[in-house]
Amino acid sequence: MPRKTMVEAIRDAMDVAMQRDDNVVVFGEDVGYFGGVFRCTQGLQQKFGSSRCFDAPISESGIVGAAVGMAAYGLRPCVEIQFADYMYPAYDQIVSEAARLRYRSNGQFTAPLVVRMPTGGGIFGGQTHSQSPEALFTHVAGLKTVVPSNPYDAKGLLIAAIEDNDPVIFLEPKRLYNGPFDGHHDRPVTPWARHPQGEVPDGHYTVPLGKAAIRREGSAVTVLAYGTMVFVAEAAASEAGIDAEVIDLRTLVPYDLETIVASVNKTGRCVIVHEATLTSGFGAELSALVQENCFYHLEAPVTRVAGWDTPYPHAQEWDYFPGPARVGRALKAVMEA
Amino acid sequence: MSEPGPLSFHVPAPAVRPGGTPDFSDVKISRAGEVRRPDVDVAPADIRDLAFQIIRVLDRNSEAVGPWAGLLSDQELLEGLRHMMTLRAFDARMQMAQRQGKTSFYMQHLGEEAVSCAFRKALEPGDMNFPTYRQAGLLIAGDYPMLDMMNQIYSNELDPMKGRQLPVMYSSREHGFFSISGNLATQYIQAVGWAMASAMKRDTRIAAGWIGDGSTAESDFHAALVFASTYKAPVVLNIVNNQWAISTFQGIARGGAGTFAARGLGFGIPALRVDGNDYPAVHAVAKWAVERARRNLGPTVIEYVTYRVGAHSSSDDPSAYRPKTESDAWPLGDPVLRLKNHLIHRGAWSEDRHKQAEAEVMAAVIAAQKEAETHGTLHTGPHPSARDMFEGVYEQMPPHLRRQRQQGGV
Repeated sequence: MPRKTMVEAIRDAMDVAMQRDDNVVVFGEDVGYFGGVFRCTQGLQQKFGSSRCFDAPISESGIVGAAVGMAAYGLRPCVEIQFADYMYPAYDQIVSEAARLRYRSNGQFTAPLVVRMPTGGGIFGGQTHSQSPEALFTHVAGLKTVVPSNPYDAKGLLIAAIEDNDPVIFLEPKRLYNGPFDGHHDRPVTPWARHPQGEVPDGHYTVPLGKAAIRREGSAVTVLAYGTMVFVAEAAASEAGIDAEVIDLRTLVPYDLETIVASVNKTGRCVIVHEATLTSGFGAELSALVQENCFYHLEAPVTRVAGWDTPYPHAQEWDYFPGPARVGRALKAVMEA
Repeated sequence: MSEPGPLSFHVPAPAVRPGGTPDFSDVKISRAGEVRRPDVDVAPADIRDLAFQIIRVLDRNSEAVGPWAGLLSDQELLEGLRHMMTLRAFDARMQMAQRQGKTSFYMQHLGEEAVSCAFRKALEPGDMNFPTYRQAGLLIAGDYPMLDMMNQIYSNELDPMKGRQLPVMYSSREHGFFSISGNLATQYIQAVGWAMASAMKRDTRIAAGWIGDGSTAESDFHAALVFASTYKAPVVLNIVNNQWAISTFQGIARGGAGTFAARGLGFGIPALRVDGNDYPAVHAVAKWAVERARRNLGPTVIEYVTYRVGAHSSSDDPSAYRPKTESDAWPLGDPVLRLKNHLIHRGAWSEDRHKQAEAEVMAAVIAAQKEAETHGTLHTGPHPSARDMFEGVYEQMPPHLRRQRQQGGV
């Protein structure tokens, strides 16, 4: 089976979706001729023409607002915000418009659009190239929020997102674009070409939204993670010698409660890991869900490992990023509780 | 040169406040018939002056004059008059219904009826408006049933929005009326996106965006003008300058700019200003811009100069911030009265027929209201079910929402 990087898988997803449906259009800053600052749209303009893939003015609100109008017309825009850190000017269009259009018009108008955003840290991106704003989307009724962790899922989830009739926020951990990353920044990175999850089938397939994946089966503790933290959690479990079950949520909303509850009821312990800041992060929702649904099976307090409640710093990258050492300590603490 | 002194802070203020004598002497008004009518394929740079004048058709003697006159037949003008009268009667009844507690909220169009009623007649079926909350004339002139509007206002069992939306936030895809949002200016860039989509698909339909003077200060106004300009989108970008944004006079949004229309010039978009209380002028200018868009010549900005005669909404009391008699002093008069006088001048109408028409229109509105009320009002009678509250958030209800609906006991 062909191996692809996450960038290639994402590009392939848009290529497949654009071939299958003339209404799929792709645009954003530097997305057209140049093919995107991360190369995710390379070649799409040449292949499909500039009516299907084009450059946009530097206006996030304009990009998403125009996409809402196009979606209301009947297109399926898949737009890019260059970094998730720059989505804030578009937040009004995402929250007040895209998310509510179906509801407020009683289905007369809908917003079947995807907003792709590179997200996450671990790349010395500093304050405005590292943020993980997923909780700002999961809190919004009407949105679906997706975070893939590998090329196979990225392609399947993105095709599913484009084909979905509701607005989807598609957060791409840019730290994973070229290879998996377990938080060991001092070791060479393995490219996707040498990782089994780099196997990406050609053509059309989907990974359903709203379904989690168990990445590592275990019986001692459940780890809930997504994006880069899936690999960090796997590494932490191996290094700490703890038989952890690592769940990759893939879709944050709608979340896969069944998979989460089944696992925690089995293990009796739960550690939640995300890069985003701790307070009111998505981990708080997960923790509440586990407590509400698994209370009588829990043998230790539900624990969160997250980014500190600070803006994302530059020089202190590895003191900020929740790496395998911090996750490992949490796993041990939960096992000893 | 002497040393500069301390800086001073400039906050624009209206000429007159409550208790003062209304004064519109600073509003420069072109004479009817005075402003030229360029070809639709004119280069934007060649009509920059039109962004600073006011296109007007009806003169003081109720005659239609100049190059923008003569597009509408007696029949069409009479129909326009009836639409405006209907909107006015509708407003009066719904405002009263709000005062009677039959609904929570209402927003009138008093003085602005010509803008949306005349614009609607310049469009073709399939075109799409992206209105604000003060363009219900688009629905009335587009033959949307008044009963459905009332059902929406009452949030009753027949409310097309299932009780989810605040009153007057209508939506009708079929009538080319995009779902109204409470968030100002958001729809302006969406109109541009819709128009871009139409062009991308090589369709023939065009879009119209709507915004008020105050909301032009929102960033989506600027995004819309950039995108419309960049992609030459087939869109008409309407700015309804009714002088007031709730309590804030238009100078706060406009600043030192000569006019709102002039904002379009910096984006390379041709911009026209029109007498918003002059039905034939609004229609003629709208038709010009719609034709430009349809011929793929790109967007047009239109500023409608009018006056918000009524309160901002049923929750507002304008006597707290402007003279009570200010609307009487508004130099462009009343749109219904001006069209009525023009039709009488043409020999197509009379005072008696007008009185009779007023009675007919009011009777039709009251009949619709009575029927709407048999289907419930906000606090009495049949209303949308609590189950409806959970529907339509997503195409398929996700499990967490199903659980919440169950918890809600519905």
